[in-house]
Amino acid sequence: MSIYYSILRKPIIAGDKKLKDITDDVIRPLEQKPTLLWWVAFLVSLTVLLIGVVAVTYQIKVGIGTWGLNKTIGWAFDITNFVFWIGIGHAGTLISAILFLFRQRWRTSINRSAEAMTIIAVMCAGIFPLIHMGRPWLFFWVIPYPNLRGPLWVNFRSPLLWDFFAISTYFTISLIFWYLGLIPDMATLRDRAKSKIKKFVYGLMSFGWNGSARIWHHYETTYLLLAALATPLVLSVHSIVSMDFATAVIPGWHSTIFPPYFVAGAIFSGFSMVLTLMIIARKVLHYEEYITIDHIEKMCKIVLVTGGIVALSYGIEIFMAIFFGNQYERFMFLNRALGPYAWAFWIMISCNVLFPQFLWIKKIRRNVALVFILSIVVNIGMWFERFVIIVTSLHRDFLPSSWAMYKPTIIEIATLAGSFGLFFTFFLLFARFVPFIAIGEVKGVLKYGKLKKNLTSEGSVKANADVTV
Amino acid sequence: MDLFSAVFKDEDDLLKVTRQVRDSGYSIYDIYTPYAVHGLDDAMGLKPSKLSYLCFGFAFLGLIVAILSQYWIGSIDWPINVGGKPFNSLPAYLPVTFELTVLFGGVGIFFAFLFKAKLRPGKTAKLVNPHSTDYYFILTLEIKDSSFDSETVLSLCRQNNAVETKIILGNAL
Repeated sequence: MSIYYSILRKPIIAGDKKLKDITDDVIRPLEQKPTLLWWVAFLVSLTVLLIGVVAVTYQIKVGIGTWGLNKTIGWAFDITNFVFWIGIGHAGTLISAILFLFRQRWRTSINRSAEAMTIIAVMCAGIFPLIHMGRPWLFFWVIPYPNLRGPLWVNFRSPLLWDFFAISTYFTISLIFWYLGLIPDMATLRDRAKSKIKKFVYGLMSFGWNGSARIWHHYETTYLLLAALATPLVLSVHSIVSMDFATAVIPGWHSTIFPPYFVAGAIFSGFSMVLTLMIIARKVLHYEEYITIDHIEKMCKIVLVTGGIVALSYGIEIFMAIFFGNQYERFMFLNRALGPYAWAFWIMISCNVLFPQFLWIKKIRRNVALVFILSIVVNIGMWFERFVIIVTSLHRDFLPSSWAMYKPTIIEIATLAGSFGLFFTFFLLFARFVPFIAIGEVKGVLKYGKLKKNLTSEGSVKANADVTV
Repeated sequence: MDLFSAVFKDEDDLLKVTRQVRDSGYSIYDIYTPYAVHGLDDAMGLKPSKLSYLCFGFAFLGLIVAILSQYWIGSIDWPINVGGKPFNSLPAYLPVTFELTVLFGGVGIFFAFLFKAKLRPGKTAKLVNPHSTDYYFILTLEIKDSSFDSETVLSLCRQNNAVETKIILGNAL
């Protein structure tokens, strides 16, 4: 039944840890005073967030005429950032749901923080359509509820409405999944807490958890069910986002491979962001024994695979455009690669197709500094992918007299910066107040790949034969 | 009812002693562990959780609600002609139907779990040992009557490296 005594597998957690060491190590940053580095990072993020708040307030007051849109390009920076953030938000639930179903037990070191990243990224994404509504205080009009305006219902044939359902479901399920995993850890914190306030807060949040095996039994079933529900959900969300484009008739958008292409791109960018964050966190929070080089290498492999799917999709798109015989499609792709936005296209190709190929080399996958740089390169590339898909498909439409160029205004750039401010502010708060690593889950994989101690004297082969638990 | 409790430091000891006491005919009150011990449900003889059926029920409810409400809204209450498409355009309803299925299933199962496990915000946890959520594994047995053979249990616990055993009177849990 249990496989963690196999000599074929390497331990997931480095060092000779005991159960208590794991709790101590993971909780240490929460029990200490925040470091100077944390304060600096927090204040910088908060400042950038405030710049974003000012920009958003201004554009809501004045209107979205403050953006660089024109009659030809009616969709640009805002939706680019929306798709970018939603894509980032795909890695967390992938790690917690799909890797869980595949029994990838190394996920336990990174799932908590990746899920937190997902939730925050979805919040960042949600801001953009909200602003784009122009009158965000009427956002509830997208919810179908019996109202006094007729009742006037929403249009269930619209991909933008599907998007609303997909994003809000994704956010809710991710939040529930994350919190379910957090309950046992909150109980651990509660039982360690010295101060009354902490005991009260953690007591409230741990729902009276006492580690009963009967409850664990139901807990594991619930976790498995949520994973099974979240797995198709992850795939559906970016598929639906891609339908915002694919159901249109615009050349460059009207494409049947968009759903898998977008999903692969989302996982590609999401894992890159996880790598960026984990590489910083393991160093700053001293989690090198939990988020090991092996973890980074495995994540690099996922980046490589999904990057390969993205590259293949680019290839198919270009092939179809040139050889399918649709002159508009053909023009649009040549215009993408050779037109006025060629620089953005080639940034996209080099960041998403060329540079990730370095990850084939094991030495590079195990080199933290290089992986860090590559993860940021991929993030830049994936932002440009969305920009290229959206803006270059629109800027030279069927009527050459209305061809135009798009340039973001300072307000739009400040909004994008603000979303990064929001992301890092919340992530820093998360790292400060919530266990960064799922303590309960890491304890469960502690023995993975290690020999049973009381049997080692009889030889490792014997130890492996004696595993029926 | 009185309880007998034994504290262990290792999951392998716990799994072994759980099987042994169950084979010897003792009834396990509960076991408290800091993490989900793999194979413990099997060792305790717990039946598979029925929550999965409930989850299916919630998800199915979501499916029905989504299809019926979209049909009613789109075809009966306020039909809108969108590009000459039929009012009841089922394929277009699939994305929202799928999302609501997952939403109902996920939210439903979360609250069903909390209900089943009797967990709620602000509930005071009943702990046998303050370290059972950190690094100790605690086995508790029911002492139903005087036939409870404490000598055998004690020797079983000692064989499996128990660090502490005690009797909790009157079920303080």
